[in-house]
Amino acid sequence: MRIFAPIKIAGRALRRNKMRSLLTMLGVIIGVGAVIASVSLTSGATKQVENQVNSLGSSVITVFSGNFTSGGMRGGWGSAPTLTVADAEAVASLPNISAVSPEVRDREQVLANGLNWNTQVLGESPEFPQIRNWTIAAGSMFTDQDVRSLAKSAVIGRTVADELFPNENPVGQTIRIRNLPFLVIGLLGSKGFNLFGQDQDDVVIVPYTSHMHRITTRIFLNDILVEAASDQTIATAQQDITDLLLSRHRSKEQDFTVRNQLELMQAVTATSRAMGFLLAGVAAVSLVVGGIGIMNIMLVSVTERTREIGIRMAVGARAGDILVQFLIEAVTLSAIGGSIGIAGGVGFSRIVAYAKDMPTVTPILWIGIAFLSSAVIGIVSGFYPAWKASKLDPIEALRYE
Amino acid sequence: MNAVIQLEQIHKVYHTGEVDVHAVRGVSLTVIKGEFVAIMGSSGSGKSTLMNMIGALDRPTGGHYWLDGVDVSTLDRDALAEVRNEKIGFVFQGFNLLSRTSARENVEMPMLYNRRRIPTADQHERAVHALELVGLSERADHHPNQLSGGQQQRVAIARALVNQPTLLLADEPTGNLDTQTSIEIMGVFQKLNDQGITIVMVTHELDIARYTKRMVILRDGVIVTDEPVRDRSDATQALQRLRAAHEAVKLG
Repeated sequence: MRIFAPIKIAGRALRRNKMRSLLTMLGVIIGVGAVIASVSLTSGATKQVENQVNSLGSSVITVFSGNFTSGGMRGGWGSAPTLTVADAEAVASLPNISAVSPEVRDREQVLANGLNWNTQVLGESPEFPQIRNWTIAAGSMFTDQDVRSLAKSAVIGRTVADELFPNENPVGQTIRIRNLPFLVIGLLGSKGFNLFGQDQDDVVIVPYTSHMHRITTRIFLNDILVEAASDQTIATAQQDITDLLLSRHRSKEQDFTVRNQLELMQAVTATSRAMGFLLAGVAAVSLVVGGIGIMNIMLVSVTERTREIGIRMAVGARAGDILVQFLIEAVTLSAIGGSIGIAGGVGFSRIVAYAKDMPTVTPILWIGIAFLSSAVIGIVSGFYPAWKASKLDPIEALRYE
Repeated sequence: MNAVIQLEQIHKVYHTGEVDVHAVRGVSLTVIKGEFVAIMGSSGSGKSTLMNMIGALDRPTGGHYWLDGVDVSTLDRDALAEVRNEKIGFVFQGFNLLSRTSARENVEMPMLYNRRRIPTADQHERAVHALELVGLSERADHHPNQLSGGQQQRVAIARALVNQPTLLLADEPTGNLDTQTSIEIMGVFQKLNDQGITIVMVTHELDIARYTKRMVILRDGVIVTDEPVRDRSDATQALQRLRAAHEAVKLG
């Protein structure tokens, strides 16, 4: 029956005390603002990490060769050579797979230009840049023909280029690996450090055949890099690879390990979820603190406005009217405070993201949660003062000085 | 019958600690429509207690009270609030206006607690009309701290009138005002009474009581005197005399 009157009464009461209303809201404003800002920034950071993981190639499956076990001593992944080029070729013929690169790894002293540098030399297939989402900054990648002909061609990373050819274009130059001259035909785009702090640009890439027959004399691979056709087919592809290699190796025990980047991504997601819980905790605490602030001021307000309550009762306000008035005041304060906090939090995170050149994520869900909980906080913290106000005796309230 | 107030053997006992305080001991009083009654008595005579009961702020511990035909002595808190809203207009000694709230909004306040919703436009109109009755319509947008004591009391009277109550109840309405302003306020009351509004006023000043039509004197919780006012003062004349006196002083 009477819906607008209490809102009007509460609105007028709040307007009479603008400064106090603002100060009361401050707790909620800061609480909600802090929550929204930190959630936005954390989501932004998580997004950044996800982008980094994606840059490694999110649909990459890595097949590591098996464990070396000798007299009960077990080596790590790749300690026992089990994977062959034929395995890699067989994997390449599976469905749901778009690219395969047999990988051999070695550390070598590389010489050029009167300088030398110890770096990782990888033997790969021409599909390697595609699998790892890597661009060629200058020149070109070697070709299948180079692989077949055991070409002495190399593509080098930015760090190697800087170390061996400072102030020079490395493409067209010659580097020497184990005294063999390799022609630098391409320069990889810069990738920076990976999640584990390794410099990804400190690398020289040669055809895997050249690596296995010219640099080292190996018949086994360290691992096989596989790119699944899509994120959805990773699990199927992974299972197919496992089945295929098991049957090819005819071993009772699995002498290889299959891993994918998605697992790494899931670890990252788990981290961000943990961060989310932490933030929820912080949010709860700050909102409770804001609520206590509201309750405190409302209690003071009830005492201070005892006479006003007396007057209202004298002219016909019922206990319920007074209760509703103070409840609406509290909810209005916390809801407006929450809205200002949301706006401030979003604004602040935008500014920080802009300054730090990070992606911004506006957490719609959290904005909803923050707004709702600030309204609930208003009801909860406003109830006791409002109830106290409604229980006042009009005669004593009128006499109150 | 047009008895606005009908008190029958009203008692009020306060249970404070070990001793029971018998503030009102059997008061019977009838006020009919159009009367202007002053309730007098020294402090402790029970006049404030009686006033609170007449104003439906408090319930008697014994006896019956009919306000405009309704037995108020048996109503609960919410029903009493409703009675106060619809049938009684209060005027207090300390004006009791809401600070930082315009005169018009102060006058509108009782309408916000009406059981039936009054459209905002009507609220405005009625508030302005009530302010006109007390001669303050041009100050509707002033806040209490921009008004003199007499003007604040007029706003309070307008607030008391806005719900068209059957009874205007004034508790020492001139207690905080100087002589001239007091007479002006009594003039407002006399004018309203001439229009047919029933007024009951508590005061301890005989000068002020002279402006009413009937004087009820309480002592120790019982009525000792209840008689019509002889040689009743007229506020208009009193003001003229006062102004003339002021003029004389200035000329002299």
